[in-house]
Amino acid sequence: MQMNGGQALIRSLELEGVEVIFGLPGGAILPVYDPIIDSPIRHILVRHEQGAGHMAEGYAHATGRPGVAMVTSGPAATNIVTPLCDAYMDSVPIVVITGQVPSTAIGTDAFQECDTVGITRSVTKHNELVTRAADIPLAVREAFHIATTGRPGPVLVDIPKDIVDPKNPASMLEWYWPTDAAVAAGLPGYRPTTKGHPRQIRHAAELICASVRPVIYAGGGILKARAAEALRELAELSGIHVVTTLMARGAFPDDHPLCLGMPGMHGNYAAVTSMQQADLLIALGSRFDDRVTGKVSAFAPDAKIIHVDIDPAELGKVRRPDVPIVGDCRLVIEELVRAVRDLGGAGAQPDRSAWRRTISGWQERYPLAYEISEPGDALKPQFVLEQLRDNTPDDTIVCSGVGQHQMWTSQYWRFNHPYTWVNSGGLGTMGFAVPAAVGAKVGRPDRMVWAVDGDGCFQMTAQELVTASTERIPIKVAILNNAYLGMVRQWQEMFYEERYSEVYLSPDLPDYKMWAEAMGCIGMRVESPEEVLPAIEKANSIDDRPVVIDFRTDSREKVFPMVPPGLSNDDIVTGPAQGEGGR
Amino acid sequence: MTSPSTSPSSSATTSATNSVKAAGDVRHHTLVVLVENKTGVLARVAGLFARRGYNIFSLAVAPTEDERFSRITIVVDVESSPLEQIVKQLFKLIHVVKISELDPRESVERELVIATVNATPLARGQVIELVQVFEGKILAVGHDVLTVSLDGAPAKVDDFEELLRPFGIVELQRTGRVALAKVTTSATRPLVAQVS
Repeated sequence: MQMNGGQALIRSLELEGVEVIFGLPGGAILPVYDPIIDSPIRHILVRHEQGAGHMAEGYAHATGRPGVAMVTSGPAATNIVTPLCDAYMDSVPIVVITGQVPSTAIGTDAFQECDTVGITRSVTKHNELVTRAADIPLAVREAFHIATTGRPGPVLVDIPKDIVDPKNPASMLEWYWPTDAAVAAGLPGYRPTTKGHPRQIRHAAELICASVRPVIYAGGGILKARAAEALRELAELSGIHVVTTLMARGAFPDDHPLCLGMPGMHGNYAAVTSMQQADLLIALGSRFDDRVTGKVSAFAPDAKIIHVDIDPAELGKVRRPDVPIVGDCRLVIEELVRAVRDLGGAGAQPDRSAWRRTISGWQERYPLAYEISEPGDALKPQFVLEQLRDNTPDDTIVCSGVGQHQMWTSQYWRFNHPYTWVNSGGLGTMGFAVPAAVGAKVGRPDRMVWAVDGDGCFQMTAQELVTASTERIPIKVAILNNAYLGMVRQWQEMFYEERYSEVYLSPDLPDYKMWAEAMGCIGMRVESPEEVLPAIEKANSIDDRPVVIDFRTDSREKVFPMVPPGLSNDDIVTGPAQGEGGR
Repeated sequence: MTSPSTSPSSSATTSATNSVKAAGDVRHHTLVVLVENKTGVLARVAGLFARRGYNIFSLAVAPTEDERFSRITIVVDVESSPLEQIVKQLFKLIHVVKISELDPRESVERELVIATVNATPLARGQVIELVQVFEGKILAVGHDVLTVSLDGAPAKVDDFEELLRPFGIVELQRTGRVALAKVTTSATRPLVAQVS
């Protein structure tokens, strides 16, 4: 069957199971937009290309399926660089299709031309400029294969206009759909290892059964590998506590007795300190990020390390493991469970009662805490989050931007289900929340989706609420409006002698309620504690359009605990609500 | 199209400090990287080194006997970053098919130098003698310059360059190292196998 390149591209996306494309058309991608009219694929027209990229990410985070964004050449391609980098840092499977100027114009500084493949090379798992119409089906299949296997990540496919333009005879191709064998043959250098080495797994099981102070250090790889069940089995079989990193919140239920919550710079005391004092860290799909380790040379000094990751380059990148295991987290953990059982399972674990007592002592002595506001005082952001948490369904999907509100959400929410927490960890992209929430809601229309955002973040990508209103995507946004770039303010207060440089934003310029209404949303403003619950209940009852609540919160509030930058995790500061210091 | 291609053949020698520095230094390692012969593959490899802060001492690339693949010989300066991390990061590139580190004792390495040196009638005899001792070639003869070439083991090329220097080097170009494992032994350390 003869087909045009643009039709072949859309047909290929259909065969990949794509149900939605987030995008915005333009000159170079026009011929691909024409066949979209005849396709069952839903297209969501964004207001800025960055929004398309983050929506694709939000969709992928919430569903586990690859998100797809499609934009034109030049400025559209550069606008989507940030989401690509974000997805690369957090290993999010997305496929981005960009238009490119016609082949003959490439290299001539043509209108809306940029070197998209060159610019995005270091922020994608892979990218490809397709030069012949006949290569389009293979390029699309390869892109989805690379994005979703091994360590997931973003893949960009750049399509020159001439190979999809029906006016160009060279855009015609004989339709085919590549076989698995053809994809494998086309990628001779790509063979991700998924099965762990049996001897290493046995060795890991032996270390587990010998350790008296073990901690499981679970990272985002657990979620990517759909390994939450396997992780729970391992933790319960061995009775070992689990910390869940920022990218792994929800991978192990917060209400589980073995859950320690989030470690790291703003992790809770028990999670941070148990890792510091462990004799064994079982790192599963985590990468020893600087925000987790603090000063690397002082991180978990007595711990032996078992490190499981599908990316061999993560093993030994920061900390040399005693037992490195390359493989898919789910497959390796299942093997590890078997190996621990072979050694005697629960019965073969040493007496860890002293360790458990130590941990529960830390939990009792240093719980998360903040000072309750006096009547008439500004709202505490933590209070708003507790109310939101306690008055939304248990499986609500929560998205956040980057900064104080992100840390408070991660700390104060109780994530009891995987894939309910969507945020930008590695890149720390302000403005992630609103578009990511739109993508998550499109992927999981059955779930309630709340974006918890900061006022600084909200201003970066709020225009996507117009998209949400137009497309009837009823997300809910809670702005924790403290009128500041709060995290920067916190650092200036603590480390720059309270010299506040360029961090003030104003609480009511813009007027968030009016802005929300102008974008077709329901807008509300909340200034006192007694208004919090009614506003949340009202928002929860609205299901035909987006809702935005402007919560006016205390700008002096800081995120604690905190490990000051450059210091050891032993120097954790628990904050004023706990008295002076942590130790 | 948008970036350098490996085809037909390109090569370059770069040096972090100066070109005189001996290429046989212990902190230098030779990696032989088999890549798919695709547009932009050299930019991917070079970009990775730049992005991760690794130093390339020299780099040579050309298609192999199988035109689908090119072989890149990279001499890396590993004082700043461990070789293992470089290899693992390189292997993540989709177009990289195979990576081997060559042990100099169990591989053959060659480099080519072409130099134009001052050779006034008084010195010409000495330059020609030097070229003959090293089994080099004289490529072009001018009134008071000679263009000479030598291919050989990198250390020999270093020595040759050093001895030419007093005559006055007008221009000099080295290719960077190319290398293969010796056929009789299996000198190739299977780094890729360790990785995966």
